Amino acid sequence: MSSKKLRRKLLMTALGWAVALVISFPALWLVLTSFKTETEAISRIPHILFRATLENYVAVQERTTYFHFAGNSVIVAIGSTILALALAIPCAYAMAFMPTKRTRDTLLWMLSTKMMPSVGVLVPIYLIFREMNLLDTRTGLLLINALLNLPIIVWMLYTFFKEVPREVLEAARMDGASPLRELYDLLLPLAMPGIVSTSLLAIILAWNEAFWSLTLTAAKAAPLTAFVASFSSPEGLFYSKLSAASTMAIAPIVILGWLSQKQLVRGLTFGAVK
Amino acid sequence: MIRREMLPLFGSLLLTVFSACAQTTLTIATVNNGDMIVMQRLAKQFEQQHPEIRLDWVILEEKILREKTTTDAAAHGGQFDIVTIGPLEAPIWGRRGWLLPLEDKLSSSYDLNDLLRPMRDGASDSGHLYALPFYGESSMTYYRKDLFRRAGLTMPLQPTYDDISRFAQKLNDPAHDLSGICLRGKPGWGENMGYISTVANTFGGRWFDESWRPQFDSPEWHAAVSYYVDLLQKYGPPGSSSNGFNESLTLFENGRCAMWIDATVAAGSLSNAKQSKVASTVGYASAPIATTPRGSQWLWFWALGIPSSSKHPEAALKFIEWATSKEYIQLVAQTNGWETVPPGTRESTYKQLQYLDAAPFAGLTYRSIMAADPLHPTEKPVPYTGVQCIVIPSFPTIGNQVGQLIAAALVGNMSVDEALHKAQLATERVERRAGLLHQ
Repeated sequence: MSSKKLRRKLLMTALGWAVALVISFPALWLVLTSFKTETEAISRIPHILFRATLENYVAVQERTTYFHFAGNSVIVAIGSTILALALAIPCAYAMAFMPTKRTRDTLLWMLSTKMMPSVGVLVPIYLIFREMNLLDTRTGLLLINALLNLPIIVWMLYTFFKEVPREVLEAARMDGASPLRELYDLLLPLAMPGIVSTSLLAIILAWNEAFWSLTLTAAKAAPLTAFVASFSSPEGLFYSKLSAASTMAIAPIVILGWLSQKQLVRGLTFGAVK
Repeated sequence: MIRREMLPLFGSLLLTVFSACAQTTLTIATVNNGDMIVMQRLAKQFEQQHPEIRLDWVILEEKILREKTTTDAAAHGGQFDIVTIGPLEAPIWGRRGWLLPLEDKLSSSYDLNDLLRPMRDGASDSGHLYALPFYGESSMTYYRKDLFRRAGLTMPLQPTYDDISRFAQKLNDPAHDLSGICLRGKPGWGENMGYISTVANTFGGRWFDESWRPQFDSPEWHAAVSYYVDLLQKYGPPGSSSNGFNESLTLFENGRCAMWIDATVAAGSLSNAKQSKVASTVGYASAPIATTPRGSQWLWFWALGIPSSSKHPEAALKFIEWATSKEYIQLVAQTNGWETVPPGTRESTYKQLQYLDAAPFAGLTYRSIMAADPLHPTEKPVPYTGVQCIVIPSFPTIGNQVGQLIAAALVGNMSVDEALHKAQLATERVERRAGLLHQ
């Protein structure tokens, strides 16, 4: 490798690390703060070197039952993703392989629902949930998350399905395969990497959803977003405990994201933005 | 086949399952502060005394709690059996039928007359009591006795705002990172406006006249806001417009303020040597006055109410009686010490010598609370109740808008005249929309 090329590579690597550090700095600072005392956390001169303490994690665990909230988050994130996929796969299949002249408009309209502020539909949704006894239930939260993420999932799956050559499905049809068989035996295996990355993104979105989680749940179905919200306060010192609670809330999803980063990147770069 | 010896075991198991099914679960929505966390911890004793009742807790930051409980109360969602509310919600929600009136339902052993009168008035509407106060506070002046002594100054028990600006001028020492005074500057109805309202009151101002016309164009408001902006600009810490309660507390605790006027609840933290560097030198005085003492101290409380949509109102009443009783205060004192009991709710607390010994600021807190009159908060007559928190549904909107304008004047983005003129127009607009102002 010529020295010019090497220099260029080194520069790009350094730049990549610098950008990564800037992006991940808030999360790193959050984790660091969770090991500080409250006085160190609010100090005007930030402490980089300090004696780490686990007292905030102990305090958080004493006050709440983390696993109750985490269990709800897992059920809601995974459950809503499965439900949304069950609806989105046939929908995206129909749109990708049997399009009408309104398909594109329908896709855009579905996505446009994401642009409406959630608070705009708060009262009707709250009343519907009340009438259906879905307030403070995991079923209710699972349902709303599935509906919230449905437009993005349909859009991403549609893009992935469009990558599958039409001829493969037509050949199967010539051999007498039904649309259901076509979908399950051919399309799903071929588009599996795309489905996996879409699922991962949907899980992350459902895990981080806060507005509806805070509004529609109380004690029984509250997920980790409600757990984090319980440690903020306008009175008294709380930064370290809030950081410890936030670290505990994001840890599972960060680990999942880390393990599946290849699929995620593929999903984000080849899916929705293509 | 089930062996004969196993039958009692199955019997007891079935009994446990049935008793668990018969248990009433109360969902309590409360705010994340020290007193409420203590209540949550001690509530296990209530559950032991009442095995038929189980408690589920929803603890949230104040703003989120308010949004969540308001949505649920308005829509009769029934998610909560007990809600923690303040002086803004209790009368308004009660009037709208969102809360159960309590005065006729309380048990005979509950000492209702022991509740501090301003707290009881603040939680009532048209003679009905809608919530039982759990914790109460007013405002007072904190100062550094060591700095005052060194400068040859004496803080009177009842300072005036002239005294405050004189002291701030003498003690301000930016070269040594010491500000003459710290005050709330962060915009918001519960932030800077909580304090500024008391300044306006004591300068003779009021939010509205009898016909609901906003009064920001009055000479009293002009004098009050000019005083506040001038004082903070000259002798306040840098970046005052982003300081709320927590930030000012931290500044004072770290020895960066000579004086601070804020909630009486801060006294406990400031006198705690584990947390405060100035614990041994902090002094206490009443909130300052200008032309009238009326409305110079604010009044705030957290109270427990029962939404009319509660599924278990009888059990909820048992709990709120327990949590706001004299016996609960004794329980906190025995468990955590007298200095940690929830302040500002009961006469009997302020008659306990152990409490007065443990909390040297207790007498002043009591006097400040008793001096605050939410029913007659200003010198001139007003159509509303509430000292710094005006009990009308549109107050959060108005308070936030006016707070932002005054914060803009504080940082120098506009003049006090311009801020008050804009505040007047914005408030008139909101009031017309709310149907209070008809011209």
